[in-house]
Amino acid sequence: MSKLRWYFVCITTVLLSVFTLPVMAQNADAPIQQLLQNHREIIAKSSRKTIAPAIDALAASGLAQAQTVLTRWQAKEMWRNKETGLFVYGEKAGKELAAFDFADGADLGTFLARDFKQLKPNSGIRGMIGAALVQFQLSGSFTDKMQALDAIERDAEASHLAALTKVLADETDAAVRQRMERLQGLLTIRFGETEEDRIVAIQSFEGDLGVDVRAALNPLLVVTVEAATAPPEGEDIARILTVGSEDLPREAAYDHLVAAGLATPRISRDDKRNALLANISDGSVAGVEVATLDSEAARDLAYAALADQGLVDRVATDSEVDATLAGFTFYERYTGSPAVAVAAAAVLSGIENKVAINQAFDLGLDALSLASIYFLAAIGLAITFGVMRVINMAHGEFIMMGAYTGYVVQQIITDYTLSIIVALPLAFVVTFGAGVAMERLVIRHLYHRPLETLLATFGISIALQQIAKNIFGTQARPLTSPGWLDGSLVFNDIVSISYIRIAIFVMALMFLALFLFVMNRTRLGLEVRAVTQNPRMAASMGINPDKINMLTFGFGSGIAGIAGVAIGLYAKVTSEMGADYIVQSFMTVVVGGVGSIWGTLLGATVVGSLQKAIEWLNPSNTLAAQTYMILFIILFIQFRPRGIIALKGRAAEA
Amino acid sequence: MSQLLEVSGVSVSFDGFKALNNLSFSIGKAELRAVIGPNGAGKTTFMDVVTGKTRPDEGSVLWGEPPVSLLGKSESKIATAGVGRKFQRPTVFEDQSVQDNLIMALKKARSPLSVLLFKPEASDFARVDELADVIGLGPVLSMKSGELSHGQKQWLEIGMLLAQEPKLLLVDEPAAGMTLAERKKTTQILRDAAKSRAVVVVEHDMDFVRRLDCRVTVLHEGSVLAEGYIDHVTQNQQVIEVYLGR
Amino acid sequence: MAELTAGPARRRPLVVRYPSVLIFLTCLGLFTLGATILSEGFGIGVISTSFVKTLGKTLCLCLVALGMDLVWGYCGILSLGHMAFFGLGGYAIGMWLMYERTRLIVVDSLAAGGLPATPEEISSGIAAQIFGVVGASEFPPVWAVAHSLPLQLAAVVLAPGLLALVFGWLAFRSRVTGVYLSILTQAMTLALSLYLFQNDSGLRGNNGLSGLQNLPGLENTSQAIVSIWFLWGSALALGLGYVLAAWMVSGKFGSVLRGIRDDEARVRFLGYPVEAFKLFVFTVSAVLAGIAGAIYYPQAGIINPAELAPIASIYLAVWVAIGGRGRLYGAVIGAAFVSLLSSWFTGGQAPDLNILEYRIQWVDWWTVLLGLSFVAVTLFAPKGIGGLFDLLAARRNPNRHGQDLGPDHGSLREKEADA
Repeated sequence: MSKLRWYFVCITTVLLSVFTLPVMAQNADAPIQQLLQNHREIIAKSSRKTIAPAIDALAASGLAQAQTVLTRWQAKEMWRNKETGLFVYGEKAGKELAAFDFADGADLGTFLARDFKQLKPNSGIRGMIGAALVQFQLSGSFTDKMQALDAIERDAEASHLAALTKVLADETDAAVRQRMERLQGLLTIRFGETEEDRIVAIQSFEGDLGVDVRAALNPLLVVTVEAATAPPEGEDIARILTVGSEDLPREAAYDHLVAAGLATPRISRDDKRNALLANISDGSVAGVEVATLDSEAARDLAYAALADQGLVDRVATDSEVDATLAGFTFYERYTGSPAVAVAAAAVLSGIENKVAINQAFDLGLDALSLASIYFLAAIGLAITFGVMRVINMAHGEFIMMGAYTGYVVQQIITDYTLSIIVALPLAFVVTFGAGVAMERLVIRHLYHRPLETLLATFGISIALQQIAKNIFGTQARPLTSPGWLDGSLVFNDIVSISYIRIAIFVMALMFLALFLFVMNRTRLGLEVRAVTQNPRMAASMGINPDKINMLTFGFGSGIAGIAGVAIGLYAKVTSEMGADYIVQSFMTVVVGGVGSIWGTLLGATVVGSLQKAIEWLNPSNTLAAQTYMILFIILFIQFRPRGIIALKGRAAEA
Repeated sequence: MSQLLEVSGVSVSFDGFKALNNLSFSIGKAELRAVIGPNGAGKTTFMDVVTGKTRPDEGSVLWGEPPVSLLGKSESKIATAGVGRKFQRPTVFEDQSVQDNLIMALKKARSPLSVLLFKPEASDFARVDELADVIGLGPVLSMKSGELSHGQKQWLEIGMLLAQEPKLLLVDEPAAGMTLAERKKTTQILRDAAKSRAVVVVEHDMDFVRRLDCRVTVLHEGSVLAEGYIDHVTQNQQVIEVYLGR
Repeated sequence: MAELTAGPARRRPLVVRYPSVLIFLTCLGLFTLGATILSEGFGIGVISTSFVKTLGKTLCLCLVALGMDLVWGYCGILSLGHMAFFGLGGYAIGMWLMYERTRLIVVDSLAAGGLPATPEEISSGIAAQIFGVVGASEFPPVWAVAHSLPLQLAAVVLAPGLLALVFGWLAFRSRVTGVYLSILTQAMTLALSLYLFQNDSGLRGNNGLSGLQNLPGLENTSQAIVSIWFLWGSALALGLGYVLAAWMVSGKFGSVLRGIRDDEARVRFLGYPVEAFKLFVFTVSAVLAGIAGAIYYPQAGIINPAELAPIASIYLAVWVAIGGRGRLYGAVIGAAFVSLLSSWFTGGQAPDLNILEYRIQWVDWWTVLLGLSFVAVTLFAPKGIGGLFDLLAARRNPNRHGQDLGPDHGSLREKEADA
């Protein structure tokens, strides 16, 4: 049924087209058509290797229609009449092609598509066409210009420089102009006609932090390694290399000589072995018994014997390699123009210094944000451990509970902003409750027995961790931050900080303020200080130490819960996240000095900065950074056992 | 006169509070001395400085003949040099028997290895028995010291001090919490001890000090207020002011 | 015991001073004999080879618990990093086992190639085999003596011993005590495990050392036999360790240790160099742990940095606390009881428990139970299982003014009782 119908349609179409076939009224002599005809073979061949002259000719023709040709060609809308060989552009609809003349855009009528051959440039060619189109787009609309500039940035060509220079003078939009000038400079560095032009362009970028500048300058410093018997001279020598250094290992140096035909080849241990194996006869190799070939020296001798017999090629022995290497000086020579390279190197080193300064600044920001994380994690501990001297190893698990509270809230309230607003107080309530329960049930019975408190809270920590694992599983749960916290505050190409980190930093400051307010300005704070300094005296003045201890512990735990939400936004929520922070938190409190919130702040700053600094020195390895940080802290405690801010005298011994 | 201990110009401050203020003190080789003073006069801090627990901000502490400085030495070094200290509250090792406590205190090599290889000789047991008789704990040698009465613990601690055979005994409130009979006995033990060595007794109780019948040093606000025999001191106007005036 | 009331104690042999030594050695001997008779390798085959290995490993854990009890129960140093020493011992012996076994394989395969192997070929072959997994092909410096069994055996003792010596010297010298010291030791083991987790640590990163159960040169001996040998070795080490520990804690040295535990300052004023004592005990205990690790890991077959994670050392403290610290047999009982129970529960052998609708699977909930029972022991039974023996023996405790004294605060309580 359907097949029948298809035949019917076909026949009808053929009949129709025969009747409607228009007469070709195309101007075959138009200059653009002539141009295309001149290059018809390579256009038809449509190969990336050979197409360049056609595109260049179009781009350089100065013809107004060239842009149309390139645009249509790129869009696979250029067709060639199989009979006349003339190029048209058109759109295919079903079996038909509506054709237009390149010369004047005249509608040529509708044809049978099979009478034309569609030109289908591959992506490589389309890219080249795109590059050629740039100069036309540069004088087009604002969107066109921006597209063109993007294209140049992506894939610059020498021709773009001229095109840019041409349009630059007439550009009125300041922003576009600025961008064009910058690009012009970058292009001049690469394609400038004279060395002087290029050097001037290079020097105009002195101190510029843009990645594009460094990308343009770095290729100018490309070097090749060469070797010569005499020390080289000339300004294009980048530097002399030492054989055996990291930049030029001994083997590489020798291989270089071999490749240059300046030395006899070495042989690898495996090849030597294989060569010997191939020449075994009657249990010996060149008269040497196989059984004795159990050292490299013996094998070298056997191999040399083989070489004497002409069975294998001679190779250089180790001592010969050394002797040969000693006779050569290795150096790097700039492949490009040395004057440009020297200028580029000078500018680049200036830029790199500036980059380093900015990186240090960026590192400072990173350190600050890490410090705020540690501070958040440690502030609850500063209360329970610092003020009450109760060591709570389950503190990390309170952080985890807070984070999971945030996660659960997000499952119920899908609006991220609202859910965070709900989660923060809820996390406080949950962990406050947990803290109070723990104080009542366990810690109360263990006051003044710090080691046993440590052990009991460890037990709780183990249990809580496993319970979380049983409920939420082992995989990490996401805690998504509101949309307005996405993105970063960007200072320049190097220095930036994400809004979420800023939020955490602000939060840390708020907690500091809250802590100071509660401890120094409220009745609770006063009573807490009284109870911790002298519980019996406080009790005799009508303060209930039991209640105060309970509330203080709850307060510290509650803050851990809120910190958990904040940390959950920044890192993933897992049942082990608490354990990840607990040691660092204690370190923060201990390094800072127990019993002082300012100490905790300092401790967090020190620990955070230190970790970032070590990571910077050894960027590939964050594990090593943590190792060295812990070592540092162990050593630090040697010299300041009571931390940075130390309480002295009798107060410290309480 | 050659002195056993010579403390001169010692000052110690904790966070601005001057616990000792230019204190000077000296004691001879076989002398009993009482140190009195109101709370916060610096009595305990003075002992802390001598025994190496606290480091003074300035001043010097010289010991023995020829004099060597005790400053910067560890507590255990100072103790082995011959300074024995008894704390205010009896601190004996309650988990261990009276005998073990005394054996631990006997004057022997103190390094871990020699302690590990230590084998008590008959003479050591004899010395322990002798000390136990002096402090009246002979019958309870095998009891855990935690089971002793408060007064017995005080004596045990004094016994441990004697076992160390120190040249100088620093005794902090030995009579606190004792019955009258116990006090009398304690007085006797201390006076006997002072026959062959220097003894410094820190005490609040004037009657006890009177019974010791020795020179008295009065401390006030970290320095020496007066020194002399008890009757002389108690007539000193400043001392009366300090003790009664405020 | 009657002797005590009769009069002051005089010098007596160790077994009399410390009667548990004889009982313990007898029990250990009977246990080893029993296990041997029941084993597949030498006996009637009632218990499987893997269970024999579990028993052997448990004895090693008892040994490290013994070391832990020395520092914690007797000297009051709660070390939360003792498994670092255990792991170091394991790594030290593991390096030789892995090197030697790989060497035999490499030599065999090279010999099959037609030419006798050269030392360079062997060395690079072994290195490629061992370190291929972390993308390296050369021996890191720490493997310098891996070819020598005596030197690696020395490392079993020296590596943990030196670490303990240096760490302890730093920590004790600056008078870090109590919870600070505990956290510092925890940081130590954390740092060490993080370091070992790196691929360029030279010890195969998180892959660890594996195949340690195959003893070089004994490929033809079945694991059933080897496991019994190791059981004997573990029992011997534990027995010797017990005698050593009993000897240390029974005399004057033990008195001083307990004195340090109860009141460090007082011991100092008696003239004892407290720091030196602590360092000595800490180092001896670390060496015991290292030896235990060196016998444990060939039975376990694999060691990786996770074994040194802080949680392992915390479990060690849990064992000793549950068994009862401050008495040697308590530590041994705790380690054996809890670790065997733990492997029973986590091995999935324990029957599930149905509470209402929820099915309690012990694999998941055992850790919760352990954590909570640990809290309960700390709160209600500070003497642990060992406390039961006190009840049996009706041993009289010192009158502590009605207050319970933990090992941490023997003499502190007096102040508080007064206060």
